[in-house]
Amino acid sequence: MVSKLQVPLTVAAYKSDVHNDWCPGCGDFGILQALQQALAELGLPPWETMVFGGIGCSGKVFNYMACYGVHTLHGRVLPFAMGAKLANPDLEVIAVGGDGDGYGIGAGHFVHAGRRNVDMAYIVLNNEVYGLTKGQASPTLDRGQQTKSLPLPNINDGIKPLALALVTGYTWIGRSYAFDGKHLKEMIKQAIEHKGMALLDIIQPCPTYNDLHTAEWFNKKVKEEEKSVSKLVTVEELKHDGVIKDPTNRDEVFEKQRKAFDLIQYRGERIPIGVFYQIKLPTYIERMQSQVPMLKKYSPVRIPYADANHLPTTDLTDAFEEITF
Amino acid sequence: MKNELTIGIGGAAGDGVASAGNTLAQSMARLGLYVYAYNSYQSVIRGGHSYLRLRISAQKPLNHGNQINGLVALNQDTLNRHLPELLAGGICIYNNDKLKPEKAPPGVQLCPLPIYELAGSTALPVMQNTVAIGALIQLMGLEFQALESVFQNVFAKKPQVVAINVSAAKAGFDYALKHFKPFSEKLYKTNNRLALVTGNELLGMGAAVAGCKFYVAYPMSPASGVLHWMAPHAKELGICVRQVEDEISVINMAIGAAHMGVRSICATSGGGFALMTEALGMAGIIETPVVAINVMRGGPSTGLPTKTEQADLNQAIGASQGDYPRIIMAPISISDCFVSVQEAFNFAEQFQCPVIILSELLLSEGNETVNVEFLEQEIKIERGELITPENSTMGKTYLRYLDTPSGVSPRAIPGTPDHLYVSATDEHDEDGVIISDVYTDPVIRKKMADKRARKMQGILQKISKPSLEGSNEAEVTIIGWGSTWGVIKEAAEQLTQEGIKTNHLHFKYLVPFHVKEVLDILKKSKKTVIVEMNQSGQFARHLSAETGFRAHAHIRKYDGEPYEPKHIINGIKQILSQGKEIVEVLSTEPGWRTPHPPGPGVFTQAARIN
Repeated sequence: MVSKLQVPLTVAAYKSDVHNDWCPGCGDFGILQALQQALAELGLPPWETMVFGGIGCSGKVFNYMACYGVHTLHGRVLPFAMGAKLANPDLEVIAVGGDGDGYGIGAGHFVHAGRRNVDMAYIVLNNEVYGLTKGQASPTLDRGQQTKSLPLPNINDGIKPLALALVTGYTWIGRSYAFDGKHLKEMIKQAIEHKGMALLDIIQPCPTYNDLHTAEWFNKKVKEEEKSVSKLVTVEELKHDGVIKDPTNRDEVFEKQRKAFDLIQYRGERIPIGVFYQIKLPTYIERMQSQVPMLKKYSPVRIPYADANHLPTTDLTDAFEEITF
Repeated sequence: MKNELTIGIGGAAGDGVASAGNTLAQSMARLGLYVYAYNSYQSVIRGGHSYLRLRISAQKPLNHGNQINGLVALNQDTLNRHLPELLAGGICIYNNDKLKPEKAPPGVQLCPLPIYELAGSTALPVMQNTVAIGALIQLMGLEFQALESVFQNVFAKKPQVVAINVSAAKAGFDYALKHFKPFSEKLYKTNNRLALVTGNELLGMGAAVAGCKFYVAYPMSPASGVLHWMAPHAKELGICVRQVEDEISVINMAIGAAHMGVRSICATSGGGFALMTEALGMAGIIETPVVAINVMRGGPSTGLPTKTEQADLNQAIGASQGDYPRIIMAPISISDCFVSVQEAFNFAEQFQCPVIILSELLLSEGNETVNVEFLEQEIKIERGELITPENSTMGKTYLRYLDTPSGVSPRAIPGTPDHLYVSATDEHDEDGVIISDVYTDPVIRKKMADKRARKMQGILQKISKPSLEGSNEAEVTIIGWGSTWGVIKEAAEQLTQEGIKTNHLHFKYLVPFHVKEVLDILKKSKKTVIVEMNQSGQFARHLSAETGFRAHAHIRKYDGEPYEPKHIINGIKQILSQGKEIVEVLSTEPGWRTPHPPGPGVFTQAARIN
């Protein structure tokens, strides 16, 4: 784990003065700020924090932060970030991408990342459109919907990313909203602190291309049992506790998975936000360490392999014995 | 003959061709005899034709030779196909209880073995292999002890299995002494300390010695052998070895790990390499050192999964969009795989760019004996310019992509305090911040593209220049690249012996290219012939693109089978005597019969006619 600083950091420590080119009113601003606040409150030193970005508006989050960052390829933020985390588990790894990036072109990696439980946070900025390429339908846009760039309504069903995460093994699954700064910051902190693979899907209105699900749309009250209520509702209000107390208790696990699945799917008038599911399982690094004990002693980046004269020190005696007769 | 024997072992896949071949090869290695083995197998678990050719000699053979002296036939098909290939003085060993040979060529001795009698009627079918190898060792004039100790080594944990095998092999050994005449060519043991290895194993071992701590893979023939070496050695060597969902994930994980300072490598074949290409360009622009191995097989598409070809040069040269510095190297022999991968890591880190190794099925899955001393050599590990506590720029502004005369910028490994930077796959300035979307700046763009491109000059200084092998005064200069070094060398030597003075220019490093040095050599050459294993002459075009030089003639082969010296010798003779410009070689000697059942379309038509 990363050493926590004694002196609390300020949000400013994570801010860079790089010009920001997101559209005015973009949900990404709220997410960037919440991420910087979360990191500061967690006291994670910027040089031991790595933010990886995919491609798209969301992929630029790293660019506006002061920490180590990598802009990866479209759809490949997860494998890049996982490779980095496995190579140096001492760093705090956060991957940030969009819905097209992660659930479309990167869907294969998204599924397999769930099977591994690498200790990292994956934050997806979900706006149902491909913003940077002028508003085409993303994999999360529902069937029948027609955002303003579409000449005809969408005939694909929308993917349910949190349900997909649930069946592929993500061990922390949550949803938040770009303009609910307080809730969002708490969700980001939890996703980072979770020991394992966390998926935080953030509803992020795109003011330029998503004219259906705008900030105003999310702010509108809805009717429930004759009462006027907010559209976004926390899982706590819905009396859902998705945290598994005993991971070896199959009944508890199945029951909470089933409840989480129901809640994730439920998107009638109200949209639940919060933690749908959490389970504590061995991380990928712990699984590897149990098979390769040397990785417990050293992270791959620190295993010595050369002497002071730069000559190799790896001992292949045993391997040579296998091939000599 | 020069104290060497070439043995063919053939059977259906599942008959134990490979294990019989291994037993023989290991016995030879134990006796200090060099082996070069080529396995012409097919992508089926059982059935299909599998044929292994082992060339055995006290001098290191550089290829699998032209023809066989001995044949061990494990099924009728092998007997029918390969018996006609045997040279006079040759020997054919087969199971007399099951197989019936056609007429043997003149001077070939048929050696039927009564397997049931020798191994016992209850013996497993694979025991026929053991009996046959026992008989073969006898006829080669070698001592039984070597074979016995191989069984002891292979079945170390199963003394009963050792006993059964030793007794079956001894029965064959003794039977052959009584009933057959030995080869007139005798082999003698030497004091060489030899190891028997495949190119894939050497790629794995070389990577391990070089300090590789991260290996990711997706299974693909013929590159899986690297994974199969890495996985069981991960524990003792402390290597993070993972199999992941696809080659896109493979290369992105490898680059992610490399970005953190780990020496990271991955291996695949052409199809997987195609999936990796976008990320190689990423390694180019974010200047992360990574090594990607493409073990070439016959293409395009699924192509020939179990056959060899050199047809991915274009793909490697054109891998990924845009211009970026890269190194492409092709090991020239099985043993060179060991050195190549160590060099590749050094180059990758010194120049902070991707290195592509073009290996080939022939090298990667072929077996060769190498001197143990060769494997014990120590190649210096060079990590290039890294920010360390000593040269830390603490307090000053750190520019990860500093524009330097060499194009190489000192690299801080993430985790280093006070050297924060971002790396962008978009074009970026020296600080790594992207310039592409709002402030695309032509001056910065050009500066950064030029900075990266300058690395190629430095690389060219580091890689060794191609040099001519053989006499400077030659009638013919054969030009080759990669795996064909050994077979061309032998062909050139034999042509010279026959009075056609031939020399040889061979390329291991393909990108960047020593234009001036190569032109200096080729301008003096009288008749230049490019030998390569592809249909369109990919290297010929590369040479022409780099130097403007066009060779006089070409020998090409793309039928899946590797060159034998005779193919090249005959090709050169045809070029000289008939003035041919392109000679296309086909392995169609007696024995290469491959009947195929008709496809469904043919079947339907036939059914309709009936």
